Amino acid sequence: MTTATPTVAAGAQKTDGTTPTTAGRVRKRLNSRTATLVSIVIAVVWTIPTFGLFISSLRPEDEIKTTGWWTAFTNPQFTLENYQQVLFGRSASSGQLAGSFINSLAITIPSVLFPLAFAALAAYALAWIKFRGRDWLYIAIFALQIVPLQMALVPLLKFFSTGVTLGGVTLMPAWDLVDEQKFAQVWFAHTCFALPFAVFLLHNFISQLPGDLMEAARVDGASHPKIFRTIVLPLIMPALAAFGIFQFLWVWNDLLVALIFGGGDETAPLTVQLAEMAGTRGNEWQRLTAGAFVSIVVPLIVFLSLQRFFVRGLLAGSVKG
Amino acid sequence: MEFDFAEEQPKFLMLMYGLIAFVAVVGGLLLLLDVVPAWFARRREAQLVAASVSGTPLPRRRKQGEGLFALFFLLPTLLLLMVGLVVPAIRTTLLSFMDAGSNNWVGLRNYDWMFSDSSIVRVLINTLVWVVLVPLVATAFGLIYAVLVDKARFEAVAKSLIFLPMAISFVGASIIWKFVYAYRGDGDQIGLLNQIVVSLGGEPKQWLLESPLNTLLLIVIMIWIQAGFAMVVLSAAIKAIPGDIVEAARLDGVSPWQMFWRITMPSIRPALIVVAVTLTIATLKVFDIVRTSTNGNYDTSVIASEMYNQAFRYGQNGQGSALAVFLFVLVIPVVIYQIRNLRQQREG
Repeated sequence: MTTATPTVAAGAQKTDGTTPTTAGRVRKRLNSRTATLVSIVIAVVWTIPTFGLFISSLRPEDEIKTTGWWTAFTNPQFTLENYQQVLFGRSASSGQLAGSFINSLAITIPSVLFPLAFAALAAYALAWIKFRGRDWLYIAIFALQIVPLQMALVPLLKFFSTGVTLGGVTLMPAWDLVDEQKFAQVWFAHTCFALPFAVFLLHNFISQLPGDLMEAARVDGASHPKIFRTIVLPLIMPALAAFGIFQFLWVWNDLLVALIFGGGDETAPLTVQLAEMAGTRGNEWQRLTAGAFVSIVVPLIVFLSLQRFFVRGLLAGSVKG
Repeated sequence: MEFDFAEEQPKFLMLMYGLIAFVAVVGGLLLLLDVVPAWFARRREAQLVAASVSGTPLPRRRKQGEGLFALFFLLPTLLLLMVGLVVPAIRTTLLSFMDAGSNNWVGLRNYDWMFSDSSIVRVLINTLVWVVLVPLVATAFGLIYAVLVDKARFEAVAKSLIFLPMAISFVGASIIWKFVYAYRGDGDQIGLLNQIVVSLGGEPKQWLLESPLNTLLLIVIMIWIQAGFAMVVLSAAIKAIPGDIVEAARLDGVSPWQMFWRITMPSIRPALIVVAVTLTIATLKVFDIVRTSTNGNYDTSVIASEMYNQAFRYGQNGQGSALAVFLFVLVIPVVIYQIRNLRQQREG
């Protein structure tokens, strides 16, 4: 079908395709105009909840609690007091989100780097080093994607707190971490959970690199680590960026893993702190609105500036399969 | 009253340790793989020289150990997957047959509890509602929007606005919508939804307390977040439809309606399946929204949030594990379906 249509289309176009009736042209333009209008309306509706929260975060406490945010258009009163309070306030009820912000950073950066590096190495080995059982191993790692992380939570927590003993022999001592050392647990958990998808995504890219390139390098006597460093890494930068953004958004926005493997209040990332505030201070809208925006701003910047890579990764990860 | 930066220092120190560990592990691994083979190569050269001098037969050339390289490249990943995923998953399965403290075997009692306790049956029903509605509505919406916005002016901006919620955490999104659903008994409403209801002459409601309406309102949050994902993937699929097929159909005078059902839909079927499956799996595991919005109260709990409550709040490891295993069992057929589809697609 695809091979036959172009000639037909081209032929038809010459005879009558170029002169559509005026009525048809008007109808078509109207159609596309309605479509444009409807899509813009939907986009605006989609944005209103976020916009309303943003306006509210800038309004004085009394105003937020007594009138709707839409009244700010007729009676504009704006202040940065909420942000000041929620970020830097020292009372326990204020949220102390500046500290949580740092926690989020401290959790996210290693949780992105570790799986990125390990998965790139593994994906390279699975794609370009010949060894027995390679395909089976790849399928096994691929299949691990379907294990929900809920399946790992209870034993993994126990592993951190009591270590591993097999028949009375301690294979791995308990980690016994305190305070900010618990970041290490969160890094570990995030890295483990991210690996199957990361290997899958990077394998998609790495296995599509031209084989001649590797062949030539091998003939020239380059070792696998050298090929990996000097040829593969630079070429898969877009894929690394795509997965890096994924993992960044996923970790920064994660609640479950941080809740279970993180420590107490002093190491809680923004999401945990906010969820806590929403539960116990659900009516302190001046804090919730400002707090929500503090947590949203970083992923939003990353997302908007690197959207191109993100979408590419999304399409590679979901559609190519 | 001021924020004390010095108090945050241990965190930065810890972050630095993490980065040092990263450089040490990855750098060390690559260095090891570079240095060791080079050493072997040198030794072999020396052997060859020695052999040619003394006149003894040359040592047989062994095939280079590709497997060893593979092993080291894969070592961190395999180790972490074993410790962090495979072994725990097996243990969770075992724990689901044990009692709350994981001491005694109780057979199928946890599963029996799951399907007989009325509050848990409620949880299962809620999960079912989520899993039916979210993929269906989000995919349908994403598709309609992708078609509407295709080739429209401002396409990029309009798409970004729909896509944006994907960058927002589920917690942030829940707070955004909690504010929309906010209720005040007297005076002006501050929640948009109640304001709309009031201006239409209705009575304001405590939306999140009314079952089963509250579950639907939480589902709206998930759809709001995920529709952008569906839209982006489907939009890419639509743009990948060969132009001459569309052109030919247009010249044959098909209506937009026929164009959609006869050309667009069949062409993007694989992408549709992928989107629906991805959303189904994501929905099965939804936890943050329920926890932030209602904490699973007022009959809104789903499997993932109930699993958290049982295992980590009530100390019921057995029951929590049984819920996790059930979640896993639910995911399997969905994934098998997807894999079968992918294979058909490759063959066809």
